[in-house]
Amino acid sequence: MHPILKLLVQRIALGLLLLFAVSAVIFLGVEALPGDTAQAILGQSATPQALENLRNQMGLDQPALTRYFNWLGGVLTGDLGKALTNGVDIAQAIGQRLGNTLFLAGCAALISVPLALILGAVAARYAGRWPDKLISGVTLTTISLPEFVAAYFVIFLLTIVIPVFQPVAMVFPGMSFWAKLQAVALPVIVLVLVVLAHMMRMTRAAILNVMQSAYIETAELKGLSPMTIIWKHAFPNAVAPIISVVAINLAYLVVGVVVVEVVFSYNALGQYLVDHVTKRDLPVVQAVGLIFAAVYIGLNIIADVTAIIANPRLRHPK
Amino acid sequence: MRIPVSALIGMILTAGFVLAAIFADIIAPYPLDAILGGVWEAPSAKHWFGTDSIGRDILSRLIYGGQITIFVALAASLLAFSIGSFFGFLAAVQGGWTDQILSRVCDLMMAIPSLIVALVMLSVLPLNLTVLILVMGVLDSTRVFRLARAVAMDIAVMEYVEAAKLRGERQGWVIFREILPNALSPLVAEFGLRFIFAVLFISTLSFLGLGVQPPLADWGGMVKENKDGLTYGKAAAMVPAFAIALLAISVNLVADWVLSRTSSLKGGRGG
Amino acid sequence: MADNLLLDIRGLVIEATSYPPGEPPKDVTLVHGVDVQLEKGKVLGLIGESGAGKSTIGLSAMSYGRGGVRLTGGEILLNGRDIRPAAAWQLRRLRGREVTYVSQSAAASFNPSKRLMEQVIETCLSHGVMTRPEAESRAVGLFRKLGLPNPETFGNRYPHQVSGGQLQRAMTAMALCPKPDLVIFDEPTTALDVTTQIDVLAAIKEAIRDTGVAALYITHDLAVVAQVADEIMVLRHGRKVEHGTTDQIINHPREDYTKALVSVRSLEHAEKPEAAPILRIENVTARYRGTTFDVLKNISLGLPPGQTLAVVGESGSGKSTLARAITGLLPPTKGRISFDGRPLSAAFRGRTRQDLREIQMIYQMADTAMNPRQTVRTMIGRPLEFYFGMKGRERDLRVQELLDQIEMGKGFADRYPAELSGGQKQRVCIARALAAQPKLIICDEVTSALDPLVADGILKLLLNLQAETQMAYLFITHDLATVRAIADKIAVMYKGEVVRYGQKSDVLAPPFDDYTDLLLSSVPEMQLGWLENVLEHRRMASAGN
Repeated sequence: MHPILKLLVQRIALGLLLLFAVSAVIFLGVEALPGDTAQAILGQSATPQALENLRNQMGLDQPALTRYFNWLGGVLTGDLGKALTNGVDIAQAIGQRLGNTLFLAGCAALISVPLALILGAVAARYAGRWPDKLISGVTLTTISLPEFVAAYFVIFLLTIVIPVFQPVAMVFPGMSFWAKLQAVALPVIVLVLVVLAHMMRMTRAAILNVMQSAYIETAELKGLSPMTIIWKHAFPNAVAPIISVVAINLAYLVVGVVVVEVVFSYNALGQYLVDHVTKRDLPVVQAVGLIFAAVYIGLNIIADVTAIIANPRLRHPK
Repeated sequence: MRIPVSALIGMILTAGFVLAAIFADIIAPYPLDAILGGVWEAPSAKHWFGTDSIGRDILSRLIYGGQITIFVALAASLLAFSIGSFFGFLAAVQGGWTDQILSRVCDLMMAIPSLIVALVMLSVLPLNLTVLILVMGVLDSTRVFRLARAVAMDIAVMEYVEAAKLRGERQGWVIFREILPNALSPLVAEFGLRFIFAVLFISTLSFLGLGVQPPLADWGGMVKENKDGLTYGKAAAMVPAFAIALLAISVNLVADWVLSRTSSLKGGRGG
Repeated sequence: MADNLLLDIRGLVIEATSYPPGEPPKDVTLVHGVDVQLEKGKVLGLIGESGAGKSTIGLSAMSYGRGGVRLTGGEILLNGRDIRPAAAWQLRRLRGREVTYVSQSAAASFNPSKRLMEQVIETCLSHGVMTRPEAESRAVGLFRKLGLPNPETFGNRYPHQVSGGQLQRAMTAMALCPKPDLVIFDEPTTALDVTTQIDVLAAIKEAIRDTGVAALYITHDLAVVAQVADEIMVLRHGRKVEHGTTDQIINHPREDYTKALVSVRSLEHAEKPEAAPILRIENVTARYRGTTFDVLKNISLGLPPGQTLAVVGESGSGKSTLARAITGLLPPTKGRISFDGRPLSAAFRGRTRQDLREIQMIYQMADTAMNPRQTVRTMIGRPLEFYFGMKGRERDLRVQELLDQIEMGKGFADRYPAELSGGQKQRVCIARALAAQPKLIICDEVTSALDPLVADGILKLLLNLQAETQMAYLFITHDLATVRAIADKIAVMYKGEVVRYGQKSDVLAPPFDDYTDLLLSSVPEMQLGWLENVLEHRRMASAGN
């Protein structure tokens, strides 16, 4: 087998193993935490009878491992169980919301990725001079902001100081695509802001790293034009680190989405998760947590896989 | 040694925040929970930052809230730091199975975003300060672990460490006299970053309603309490939001400077 | 004469800005008004120690300042026109066309994601010197001339798929491909093993001769430059020391500094007679954990007290591994090591404090061998405290005694490593070893990171110390001149085995085994025509077989 194929298979297998381990942590780890799950859900004032009923309902009388594999089997066949609080089928509830979350994250990604790459390249091109210092200063500031603070700054600016938007982002089925876009404009701006800083800084670092290589000096001493140097010598070596940067930052985005959805009362997965953490609705929390973890791990696998594929030493072994 | 202006500003502001937190009882003009005026009153001589959603003085709540925010963040980052650097050094010095097990556990914990893990854990655990500090500290210790291990590994293969071992020095001397002094400055800079992260994390949790619970107040919780005001054009929520941003940026400025000093020490051959 | 002049540098001044940590940046002058003249088709050697400004001057022939270095004064006339004030687009037409460059580290200088052929012919195409088929056939021709394997297909490989010596030749081909007027060779053989160096050197010399190109050959090794240069310029601290024909510089140097450079590595050391060994290595075999390959194979050696055993070999020969086996850092899988009549525990953890004290080690890179957070006093004082329980004033006095012994005198005890020069660092490491009052010091390439004159100073110091204290040295090196200077016994290692071992006079006298012959004859000697003689000798020998 080609060594690169072997590495890829290894990396993907490792990712799947990790995902499996994560599912175990999410299910069994939570069970192992101190505190009675049923008690936590019903509160201190619950009667012993109510506790007993809930335990039966949740299957808490069975051994944890059995319940875990039942749960895992369900997850793999698309059956995520029913919410404790209202008995609604979780898979169904998630379906629509997942779409909304992906729509929001997708819009943010479409704007932030090209913007971050361009700004990162500009900062790297003028490293140490004022465009770099300006960009780095601004991004250092935005990195210091938690998502919700950034969100309120944006809301304050764009709904009160310059009133152009509504501070709530409502989407519902049947809305036209344009109406949807308009509705998510504010949360998208916030997400872009939050993820842009990280992505830009990492892009800058990746490009600078390549530009400082001896082979770039060789290209300069060959009398090649700056464009040729960047296009033919820097770019092929910078692609892999940059794709990794993008994938890692899309993973950041996954977390940012949770908070931003709450800020804008955007009816999607993150909001759903936070709601049910508050209600201590464990099956929902576990299911949604697993979905977020899976997306995060998936993006990290993509980052590693591109790094492997783009490495000439691995592509053309001795 | 010259301290750049940005780092100086950062230090002064950070010190200001810490002092305000320590002497909250003396500085704060009003008690934490006293209802003193109307809802969302505009700033005035009596209430410098106005009043909040049920008419409490925002400045006083800001000062007491800073106390909680800084305390929880500091406790969590100290915990993260102790756990992370202890196991990180242990993994680096022991190697072998110890290192393998610790590193794989760390990988597993880092495979899920901390916020998601925290949410999952907090859906079961009771919500109080101890639990919050424990959850945040343990989750964040993974990052300190990685750094401490990497730094210690880099140093442990240095020939001066080898020379000390060949002299017959005990493990204690090797760790505390040879490795630790050289690992200190990257770790100090990292402590600043971990503290910022903890401030952002506790604020986010409180904002989501899963952090510090009333009657205690912290900045994230204050944003949550006053966020609806924005719909009516009341900017009360912006005050604690601004405080969070300012604290984070101040510490960041200091940490950035420590970090750049560290790296210039490493490459200290003028080259 | 004048129309024959290719490069005419007059009064060149080069500056840079240094950024000392914690201090405001300041401008430093690297080159103080140097003149360089080079005729068409000639080779000029630029020689000097680190910091002499030789690379900086070399690159100025392309009007290039590396890493923020600025060419601030003087004229750089190339083919009659001053290129110092030239615009970027004018320089682009000149670089890679009229002047090309071969760097010390070809491995880093090739783009890892492009095939060699693409990179070698790139300038020919971008400057419109020739068409692609012409360029490719010229490149193949150069590959052949430079002795690269399978010249027809060599260019299809990626940089990581060929060896270091081959990459250095490929870079030479890349520099020669566009038929430049001038090639700058910047230490092109320094990173190579000595047996590889001679081949690359011969290939470069032949290629220069056949193409009639002029060259600036930059190196710190006078013996190497003497083989290829027509003229030599000696530089020090950014100033010209002496300039003359190669013959004049090598055989009749005028300046003291040049004389010192020429006579460097000519130390001789009278061999001491055979005696019963204090260190006895018997049938030692070792491998690194997790591997199945023996890096040391059945090694048996002995070292008498007060004498020096030099272990010679190229990279990968296992010589440094031998040091690790003796110190117990890498316990042997087979064999025994005994010291002063008692067997040594295989791993250092099992050894007594006396065993550890009596065997000390000095490393190649003093930089990484010294804790940057400890002062000289702490570093030298610790063994005194640890082994002899010395404290306070007694310890401080002894530290000063040791500093005097390594010829460093007063005022160094409270310095940190960053405040010492390379040679001083190595001396402190020697003092640290001395402090333990050892009977054996293992010296692992202790002079190879140092400039030749500094290295000579260290060797003399080591010899003096040996005469005073009767310590034995196990001296690991790749440099045969060092061996001649210091050894009583020699072991030649090759691929994990000792291929030749005995008294110095026996080992260095014929008849040789093949490898020792190759190794000995590959070491450049400070005489004109040495390279030709060796190659001729080898050609005859292979014809005779």
